[in-house]
Amino acid sequence: MDRIELDRVSKRYVLGEQRNAREALGAAARRLLRGEREEIRELWSLRDVSFTVGDGEALGVVGRNGAGKSTILKILAGITEPTLGVSRTRGRVAALLEVGTGFHPELTGRENVYFNGAILGMTRRDIVARFDRIVEFAGTERFLDTPIKRYSTGMQLRLGFAVAAHLEPDVLVVDEILAVGDAEFQRKCIGRIAAAGQEGRTVVFVSHDLETLATICRRSVWLEAGRVRGSGPTADIVRRYLGSGLSAPGAQWTPLRSGPVTVGNVRVLAADGRAGTALLRDEPVRVEVDFSLDEEVRGLVVNVFVTTGRGITVLDLFADRSSLERVGPGRYCAQVTIPPVLNAGDYALGLWMGSAHEKFIDERAAVSFALDGAAPDDAEGLLVLDLPFTVRPLPEHR
Amino acid sequence: MRRTDTSAEWVDNAPGSRARTPAWTELWQARELVGFFALRDLTSRYKQAALGAAWVLVQPLATVAAFTLVFDELAGIASQGIPYPLFALTGLVTWTYFSSAVSRASSVLVGDSSLITKVYFPRIAAPVGALLPPVVDLAVSLALVVVFMLHYAVQPSWRLLAVPVWLLLLVLTAGAVALWLSAVNVRYRDVQHAIAPLLQLWLFLSPVAYPSTLLSGWQELAFALNPLTGVIGLGRWSLLGAPWPGWSLAVSTATVALLLIGGVRYFRRAARGFADVI
Repeated sequence: MDRIELDRVSKRYVLGEQRNAREALGAAARRLLRGEREEIRELWSLRDVSFTVGDGEALGVVGRNGAGKSTILKILAGITEPTLGVSRTRGRVAALLEVGTGFHPELTGRENVYFNGAILGMTRRDIVARFDRIVEFAGTERFLDTPIKRYSTGMQLRLGFAVAAHLEPDVLVVDEILAVGDAEFQRKCIGRIAAAGQEGRTVVFVSHDLETLATICRRSVWLEAGRVRGSGPTADIVRRYLGSGLSAPGAQWTPLRSGPVTVGNVRVLAADGRAGTALLRDEPVRVEVDFSLDEEVRGLVVNVFVTTGRGITVLDLFADRSSLERVGPGRYCAQVTIPPVLNAGDYALGLWMGSAHEKFIDERAAVSFALDGAAPDDAEGLLVLDLPFTVRPLPEHR
Repeated sequence: MRRTDTSAEWVDNAPGSRARTPAWTELWQARELVGFFALRDLTSRYKQAALGAAWVLVQPLATVAAFTLVFDELAGIASQGIPYPLFALTGLVTWTYFSSAVSRASSVLVGDSSLITKVYFPRIAAPVGALLPPVVDLAVSLALVVVFMLHYAVQPSWRLLAVPVWLLLLVLTAGAVALWLSAVNVRYRDVQHAIAPLLQLWLFLSPVAYPSTLLSGWQELAFALNPLTGVIGLGRWSLLGAPWPGWSLAVSTATVALLLIGGVRYFRRAARGFADVI
């Protein structure tokens, strides 16, 4: 029996819609007086998306920024309507798109638990019955009657997640809430989502963290530009998704734009810098990122990471921060050379760019590449290092 | 262990599907949430205010003093045979409820936009919940009216039985106006800036500081179209024994009914797109 059915769901957003009444009146007047037709710029965030999720199944959703992942979640949660098509769900749906929605800084932890629970769809009786468990899970018993404006950010997050974790819905829809909080908190969140799956709840999970996705969801859907590009066992989908790098052979590189940053190109080259040659396992590999800034960025972070076909990140490299405290507008090329440590195989190169406070670019699979040539002795590890490894005879036992 | 409900019904999310649930069903299902919205507003408002709810009395007292000076002492306006300060205070507590309920209810949705973009709940619960906290203020101010009545030795009568009707009409009036304004506010933030001058103008167009009987003929009819004319008239009749507002109450009530039905429809239609335009 299914829990979720999406039947040819499409969602259109109208871009640049008038923000205030003056502009709206102005546009209406122009239409009336001069017969001008407003140019409506629209964006189809989803196009003919269909899939079903069975009772008790956990489905992962992968895709690049802007592929329509969040829109799917919002439609499943009922926050927004599809423009065309039907999304159907059976039973109580709880959506975790944000932790602590509606928290009021002046109210105490106790008062906020009640309001947040109610807004997430719990009845007063539900909340009363689960109150002690929620507070214990959050570990904030001592501060129950303190206004949460005095809580640390971490405590607020824990309390918010604790409420959401006790919703006990039939269908749980989770966005990348795991991107916030410390490692301990993230482990707790993932554990809770996995537990929901084991309790027989239906889970739809969106994440950039492909390792976690693979542990929680047996099946995944891959979205690209609002359409379903593939669906099937998570391991297959992740491999195909990572292998599809934006500049994969034959694919057109489209500049990534977000905030002040435009990424013109991302290249993975042999150490001699010649494009088009095969990359060898036992030679260094050079990564180049061309980008430009529209305005000065303080504390720019440029981060590239290498992910295996199974979604495990093996290298995570950051550009030297001391030279990036203030970066003015202009064109730049970031460059790093990776020594020959990786084993032969298929990899994806990810790119993360941001400032101290903001994320601009987060692309798990900016480029895919393969390293050819087997490791000595056909070693199977992810890393191949030439370490002194000898066997010496021990003095004979008498 | 299976804990999920396997017998649950399918719920559709398709273009316009939410609008097919009758408004009253939706509101009834969300009644607890309405209460939580009201409670959140009420508890957060007077935190860290040492005098707490006593502030509720300061505003009408100050305004009554000013009105008495201008309209009674200087202009000498007739106040339907009721001592002027008591006459003005009754109008003012009615007005204060209306203006604070309308301004709160119309801004509650845009005050915290993640309520709309990150979670689904029947949207109508938010403005409806915002109508309730000012009722508490109104109850406190009515105690002040009683003190004034004792002072001026105004005898209460059986007409007091109509107070609940007056209260209901007052809340419905505020709700009708607030539903329109809150829905428009999500799309056009101009409402937030327009609401203060709008309410100021409305105050002087309503019979708060003067009786509606100052007018006659078509002016009186036009005046009655303002829903507050009937509400304030009914309040003064019920509490102070002022003349029965008669047909002006009927006209005002009809206006409220039309505004309310239209407001509920407009709000629910607009609510479908709230998350896309906020």
